[in-house]
Amino acid sequence: MNWKMSRVVRTIADIMVVPIIIFGIYLIIHGHLSPGGGFQGGAVIASSTALLIIAYGSFGKHKDSLSSLESTGLTLFILIAFLGLGYTVFYNFLASGGAVFGGTVPYGINPGRLDSGGTVPLMNIMVGLEVTAALSLILWMMAKGSDSMDVEEASV
Amino acid sequence: MRKSVAALAFLIVFAFLLLGMSQLRPFGEPENTEMDDYFLYDQEEGSQAHNQVNNIVTAILFDYRGLDTLGEATVLFSAVSGVVTVLRKVKKSGKEVQG
Repeated sequence: MNWKMSRVVRTIADIMVVPIIIFGIYLIIHGHLSPGGGFQGGAVIASSTALLIIAYGSFGKHKDSLSSLESTGLTLFILIAFLGLGYTVFYNFLASGGAVFGGTVPYGINPGRLDSGGTVPLMNIMVGLEVTAALSLILWMMAKGSDSMDVEEASV
Repeated sequence: MRKSVAALAFLIVFAFLLLGMSQLRPFGEPENTEMDDYFLYDQEEGSQAHNQVNNIVTAILFDYRGLDTLGEATVLFSAVSGVVTVLRKVKKSGKEVQG
């Protein structure tokens, strides 16, 4: 766990992590307007985790927080799905008049409006949380497992 | 011998692919348009009218086929569970170690 890459790589990683995360958040919250969505944006944010792990080689204790973030995303996704149960599961009860994302879009070609879509952008955000935490946790566990394998066997 | 057989097989498969490609419909002119019209232009149940979503792919993914997306998320969750289970710390005595 005491390997890290050179100062050049670490500085570039520090600079690049911010636009990568911002681009991922943009993909997630504009999922109902432009190409992209929760899965793609989550994968983009998780790639910043890979960049940091490769550049710094230190892991910290993030397993429980990532795990709970993933469970929270999946649970809230199911909860939003079941909130429309007055009609059916996955009913878009927030569209055109709900509390959040309740705006309307005109019929046909239009420039797009962030405040529209009902439950679809909310589900995008939840799936984005889940995919971010899941892919980061897989990368984190694999990096830590392959790193600590030799040390564990030697010390036992 | 072996090379000639491989070349012959390649040519036959290539000819079949070309034959299939020559009978494709032109791009953007599907044979049955009922489903496309339903998602694109339907005034009550279409993507823009019912869900207020411009991106019809996202509307299908998260509203019309929401259960499918739930299954995908569950697949990812079980993949993570498998990785965490395989790579957890275990002492030689078989007891798990926290962290």
